[in-house]
Amino acid sequence: MPAAPAIEVTGLECGYDGRVVLQDISFSVSAGEIFFIIGGSGCGKTTLLRHLVGLNRPWRGEVRFLGRSFTHAAPAERRDVLRTFGMLFQGGALWTSLTLRENVALPLEEYTDLPRREIAQLARFRLAQVGLAGFEDYFPAEISGGMKKRAGLARALALDPRIVFFDEPSAGLDPVSARQLNDLVAQVRDTFGTTIVVVSHDLDSIFRLADRLIMLDADTRGIIAEGAPRALVAGSTDPRVLEFLALHSGRSA
Amino acid sequence: MPEDVESPPARASVSAVEGELWVELAGTWRLHDPRVRWEALARGESAQRVRVQIGGLTAWDSSLLLFVDEIVRWCAGRGLTCDLAALPVSMRRLLSQLEAGHAAAPPAERSHTLLTAVGVSAQYLVRQARGIFQFVGECVESGFHVVARPSTFRWRDCFYEMQQCGAMALPIVSLISFLVGLTLGYSGAVVLRRFGGDIYIADILGVAMTREMGAVMAAIVLAGRTGAAFAAQIGSMKANEEIDALTTLGIPPMRFLVLPRIVALGVMMPLLAIYANCLGVVGGMVVARAVLDISPTAYWVEMLTIVDVSDLSVGLIKAVAFGLIVGVAGCMRGLQAERSAAGVGRAATSAVVTAILFIILADAVFAVVFQTIGL
Repeated sequence: MPAAPAIEVTGLECGYDGRVVLQDISFSVSAGEIFFIIGGSGCGKTTLLRHLVGLNRPWRGEVRFLGRSFTHAAPAERRDVLRTFGMLFQGGALWTSLTLRENVALPLEEYTDLPRREIAQLARFRLAQVGLAGFEDYFPAEISGGMKKRAGLARALALDPRIVFFDEPSAGLDPVSARQLNDLVAQVRDTFGTTIVVVSHDLDSIFRLADRLIMLDADTRGIIAEGAPRALVAGSTDPRVLEFLALHSGRSA
Repeated sequence: MPEDVESPPARASVSAVEGELWVELAGTWRLHDPRVRWEALARGESAQRVRVQIGGLTAWDSSLLLFVDEIVRWCAGRGLTCDLAALPVSMRRLLSQLEAGHAAAPPAERSHTLLTAVGVSAQYLVRQARGIFQFVGECVESGFHVVARPSTFRWRDCFYEMQQCGAMALPIVSLISFLVGLTLGYSGAVVLRRFGGDIYIADILGVAMTREMGAVMAAIVLAGRTGAAFAAQIGSMKANEEIDALTTLGIPPMRFLVLPRIVALGVMMPLLAIYANCLGVVGGMVVARAVLDISPTAYWVEMLTIVDVSDLSVGLIKAVAFGLIVGVAGCMRGLQAERSAAGVGRAATSAVVTAILFIILADAVFAVVFQTIGL
C-alpha cells in the first residue's frame, strides 16, 4: 500500500464575507517534496496557505496531513496534527516580548516534558542551525528583518516538524539574505526529509528550489497549472503560465 | 510633462474648415491654472466633425486630458465624429483610460433607509453581544483548563502584568483618588455647614469612597491606562501575525495572552481600590481640617462609627468585578482588532469605551443587588 501523501487537499472552497476566493482546489504534496504555491498578487496564495494551516476554516472540501483529516478533526486530534507542522510567517511573527531563545523554546515547553536545561540547549541548537548563535538573548526588535525570518524558521523547526510552511520567505529581503534563506530551506529538506510548502512569487526561489508547483489564478479562482517549473515552461500552452514563468527565462538569458 | 517656468498660458482655438471644427491646442496646460472650458469655446459652433490638433503645445498634464475629454463627450452627445488622430499615442492612451473611468460601475449604494439602518444596527448589536458571550465563555473554559493544569498558566507574564497594572499605576491612582476625595469633601462641606453637621463629612467620605468611588475611580483609571494598553498590545500582535503563530503551534491565545492579563487585573484591582479608598479619605480629611476645622483624629473616629466591614466588602467585590471587566474588554477588543495600525488604534479606543460602559452598568446592577440583600 503506497504511503499517504504528506498533504492532500480535495475540493477546497474558501473566501471571505461571502466572496469566493478559491474554489475546487485539489492537489497533493508528497513527503519530502519542496512544493510552491505561486500566482500573481491577489490570486489567493496566502488565503490558501491560511486554510491549509487551519487559521481559517474552508467552506467546502478537506485538508489531510499524512493521511489524517485536519479540517474535520476534533480539537484534541487537531492539536496533535498541528504538532506535525511548523510555519514561517512573512515577517517572522516572533513574539516580541520574548527573547529569541524563549521564542524557540515555547513550542518545546508546550509539547514536551523535557527539563528546562535541555529545552534551552535545543533552542540554542536551533538558533545556531539558522546562523543565529550568540543572539539567543536578543529581543526581536533588536535584530534585522532577515534575522527575524531565520529566527522564525528556528522556531518553526523547534518540534522537528514533518511539514514546514513558508509564507513569502524572500519578501523584503536583500538578494543575499534571500539566497541564504533559500539555502536553509533546501538544507532542511535534504537533512531531515521535511516536506516544504512555500507560498511565493519570487521566480529565483521557484526555479532554485521547487520540485513541483501549482499556479493559482484570480479570474478562474483555481489552479491553472501544476507540475515542475521547468517542465511547465517547456510544455505549458497557457499564456498566463508562460508569461509568469518565462520572465525568469528571459531574465536569465 | 516637463515644467516650464516661463511657460505660455494654455490656449485652445476653434476654427471652421470645410464643415469641420478644428481645435488647436497650444501653450502650457496645468491643473492649477484657470481651466479652459470647451463649452464656452464651442458655443454656437456646429459641424459634422471635430478634429483636435496640437500646435505649440509646450507642456501638459491632466488638465489637457480633461479638456479633450470634454470635447469627446460633447461630440458623443451630438452624434459627431471626434478625430483625435493628431494627438500623440501616449495622450490617446490616457484618454481611453479616462473614458474607461466614465464607464466604470457607479459607486455602490451605501446609504440605508431608516428600516434598513435599524436592522443593520440590530444585527451589529447581536453580533457584539454574541462576541462578548463567546469571549467570556472561552475565558471560563480556559480558566477551568488552567485550574486543572496550573503548570500551563503563564505565571511570569501574570506577575509582569500585575506590576504593570498595579505598582506602575500607583501615581495616577493616587492623584485621582486624592483629588476625588478633595472634591467630595468640598461639595459635602458646603452643604453640611448650612445644617451645622460639619462632622458628618467623615461619614460621607468614608461611605462614598469605600462603597463606590474608590473602586469606580481605580477602575476608570485602569480602563484608560491598562485596558487600552492590553487592546493595543494584542491588536498589534494580531497585525504582526504573532497570534497566528500561536494558533498554528496549537497554543490557545486565550491561555497564553488573555488569562494572565485578566487574572493580573482581577488580583490588583481590589488592592488598588483599597489604596484609592485611603487616598480619597485623606483628601476628605485635608478639606475637613482646612475648611471645617475638624481634627484628623475626630474625622477618623467619626468615620469608623459608620464605615464597617460590609462597606469595605462591597467595594472589594465591585473592584474584582471591575478588574475582570477591564481585562476582558481590553483583551477582547485586541483580539477583534483589524490587522492595521488604524485597527489597533480603534481597538484601544473601543476597549476603553466598552470597559467604562460595563463598569457603570455593573455598578448599577451591584447597587440594586446589594440594596436587595441588605448589604
